[in-house]
Amino acid sequence: MRGPVSMRKVAASVAHWTVVVVFSVLLAFPFYWMLITMFKRTGDLYNLQNNPFIFNQKPTLDHLRLLFNDTLYLRWMWNTALVGAIVVAITLALALPAAYALARLTGRWGQRLGIGIFLTYLVPPTLLFIPLSRVVSLLGLQDSIWSLVVVYPSFTVPFSTWLLMGFFKSIPRELEDAAMVDGLTRFGAFVKLVIPVSLSGILTVVIFSFTLVTQEFVYALTFISSEAHQMLGVGVPIFLVRGDVYYWGSLMAACLIASVPTAFLYNLFLDRFISGFTVGAVK
Amino acid sequence: MAIVETRNLTKVFKEGQLGAVNDVNLKSNEGEFLVFLGPSGSGKTTLLRMIAGLEQPTSGEIWIGGVLANALSPRERRIAMVFQSYALYPHLSVYNNIAFPLKAQGLRKSEHRKKVEWAASLLGIEHLVERKPRELSGGERQRVALARAIVREPTLFLLDEPLSNLDAKLRASAREELEQFHRRIGTTTIYVTHDQVEAMAMGDRILVLNQGGVRQIGTPKEVYDEPTDTFVATFLGSPPMNLLENDNLIVGFRPEHLLPAELVSSGIPFPLRVINKEYLGAEWIVYGSLTGRFEGKEVVSRLGSAASYEVGATYDFAVREPDLKFFDGNTEKRTQAKAMAWQ
Amino acid sequence: MSRGTLEKRAGLRPKQEAGPSGVVGTKRWLASAMFLPAILYIFALIGLPFLLACIYSLSDIKVGSVGYHFIGLANFRSVLESPSFRRSLGNSFIFTISSQILVLVGSTILSLALKERFRGRGFVRFLMLLPWVAPISLGAIGWKWILDSLYSVINWVLLAMHLVRPFDTPMWLGEPRLAMMSVILVHTWRLLPFSTVILLAGLTAIPKDIPEAAAVDGAGFWRTLFQITIPMMLPIVNVAILFGIIFTFTDMTVVYILTRGGPYDSTQVLPSLAFFSGILGGDLAEGAAISMFLVPLLVIVAWAMLRSAHRAEVT
Repeated sequence: MRGPVSMRKVAASVAHWTVVVVFSVLLAFPFYWMLITMFKRTGDLYNLQNNPFIFNQKPTLDHLRLLFNDTLYLRWMWNTALVGAIVVAITLALALPAAYALARLTGRWGQRLGIGIFLTYLVPPTLLFIPLSRVVSLLGLQDSIWSLVVVYPSFTVPFSTWLLMGFFKSIPRELEDAAMVDGLTRFGAFVKLVIPVSLSGILTVVIFSFTLVTQEFVYALTFISSEAHQMLGVGVPIFLVRGDVYYWGSLMAACLIASVPTAFLYNLFLDRFISGFTVGAVK
Repeated sequence: MAIVETRNLTKVFKEGQLGAVNDVNLKSNEGEFLVFLGPSGSGKTTLLRMIAGLEQPTSGEIWIGGVLANALSPRERRIAMVFQSYALYPHLSVYNNIAFPLKAQGLRKSEHRKKVEWAASLLGIEHLVERKPRELSGGERQRVALARAIVREPTLFLLDEPLSNLDAKLRASAREELEQFHRRIGTTTIYVTHDQVEAMAMGDRILVLNQGGVRQIGTPKEVYDEPTDTFVATFLGSPPMNLLENDNLIVGFRPEHLLPAELVSSGIPFPLRVINKEYLGAEWIVYGSLTGRFEGKEVVSRLGSAASYEVGATYDFAVREPDLKFFDGNTEKRTQAKAMAWQ
Repeated sequence: MSRGTLEKRAGLRPKQEAGPSGVVGTKRWLASAMFLPAILYIFALIGLPFLLACIYSLSDIKVGSVGYHFIGLANFRSVLESPSFRRSLGNSFIFTISSQILVLVGSTILSLALKERFRGRGFVRFLMLLPWVAPISLGAIGWKWILDSLYSVINWVLLAMHLVRPFDTPMWLGEPRLAMMSVILVHTWRLLPFSTVILLAGLTAIPKDIPEAAAVDGAGFWRTLFQITIPMMLPIVNVAILFGIIFTFTDMTVVYILTRGGPYDSTQVLPSLAFFSGILGGDLAEGAAISMFLVPLLVIVAWAMLRSAHRAEVT
């Protein structure tokens, strides 16, 4: 770039801020829109003459009231939370030992198995949902959240194992060797030393597994048919519609309330996620 | 005309705190190998980066090639730099690494070949041009970095501790290669290091820095034999100069000047009791505790042979009067020799 | 500590694996016990269903079926002849490639802008993550409202700027071409954060002195960007693209929520077609056959990932 340093700096700064603002607006706009929509009176919302960006009538809590009183929103939240908690527990029970074993104990085979496990994460639900729907009905779990509890670990476990492998690999072996010289067994070292040290990594896995559960759509749509047993991700877009009428105000409220808390948590743990993800993928 | 000159150059990173570089004035000599020497945190790398244009000075001027360079970008200063890690472009072959500055200059591809070949042959790496940096050894990487630097025929070379990433064994031969390289090229070079052996061996002049300030600029002989303050006196030389405090005066003498009394004619006596001795093959290091006037102070001596000296016994050692250096007790700066009672 | 003492200690506690031989013996058994549950689970819930999908696709099984009849490749033949299927196959590719290109360009620009620290960067990061973090279906529903044929805020703005005539506003989800664009838009919107985050990681992994060396060598902003920075980010860009391809190609949620595949199959994709046919239509075999067409792509992507991982290992 030609020109004095100061002019270059100003141009670069302008370009920088333009990019940041434009992208922030584009990416966050739908959520802003959800926020506005959920507080707008129905009359205001469906009046084509009104400027949609401002409140032409006073804001209202009607949509929220409808959402929490007249729909099964809270029930879906509960279902999702319950399934999430159980699935996280199952995931940890399976992935923690597996990741440790693969990171520490099996040398080159460990690498291969680790990659293999990771690749299974690439097998999409949209390929497996048809046979699984039949398996679920054969097991008598159709229309039950337990079908999800059984199936969800199939994608949380590979992903979590992969993440945890990365974390465990970054713990120096000397730590466990010292523990074993001091008298602990290999498994004892795992439980009493490695797990406490990896607490933040484990927390990351918990958050991301829970998020994966809340985001899931295909299996929930396929296996669960009744409204009361449904999860948030499917209940909101499917059952907040009566006939052909979309209750947009409540719908948007439902979406926003379900999205923002997870965003906060995700943001906190993002750096760990990235290091685990890229170390694993690029190595 | 000096290739590089700084006037009152200062860099402050955090307001209110002491600057990383404080009021540095220097002027290079034509074609010289100038070393910036100092411990970590002394500001030597910051000083180098300001000269390169990678850091903006807080105040002061930088002149390169007779032109005020403060507002110039690195590319406009016609300098070349070798980084501590060599900063070779990992995705490019050695050939393309060396050719990169030519490309950036806008030189046509047909003209690259000649210059790259010249630079490569200068450093003896013609056989490596197709390889990627990750396939090269440390020494080879240094040569590629030098080739990339020389290919633009810059007026000033900047080297930031290029030997510190090499094995100790490799360092000596890499150092020798650098010295040969400089002799062949003759470009003014600034070399940053914390290693005083490198500085002494390679430098035409040494700029000794501490806490952002220049303590002394001089030839290796000048900084070693006539240090301007106690910092320079103890930083150069290993083991460091012995320093003894006496009222408001500090007396210093180098270990190689503290010798058995019988070897020193008309020397000032320093009797000592041997505490420990180390045999290093080519020489001995003797650690002693002084008796008499400077009772209890510990000193170090370098000797050719010390097999006969016993730990715990007292011996007469001495230093020639001209080898004593005096420093002011308060300012720690060099002062005139003073008459002293020595017993 | 002398050898004798160490051995004595080991001898006094024979059950502990203080000595090397003890550790080796326990190692193999323990390792298997520790990773076997996970492996078995994955096999049972991914491997077996996958096999079942293959088997179903070669049969005429339906939701109410009792037995199993092998009918060979009949499903595949009939599926390949169906115009819905051909449309879906094409759409899957169009949507994936278009959105990936947009995501690539967008996330490169955004990651460069987010590389250096600046005031408010944390907040911007939070905003930027929202599309990825929100459940896919909810983000899609949000867009459905924004793109609504009557009440779209975009249309309101276009009307206000007199770029379109009243009663002639674009039917974002009702007109085939616009619907396709809308689907691509939502996919891009969703994947941008993910890709940006990964590219940022790649950017920050570049050692600081490389761009400095480029500056000293005389390279300006654009040359450094295209000849040094981006080539060095290529392995990571690879990872981001491959994941993006998988997430888009195998996704049915966006299409299901936005358009249900309409109008007239113009936004139908393989996974959604498989759902409509297999689950809603009850024809499990046909649904399985359709979803089997996802496999070649998955295999190629997996192979590409392994190759780039192997190449990165060599570095």
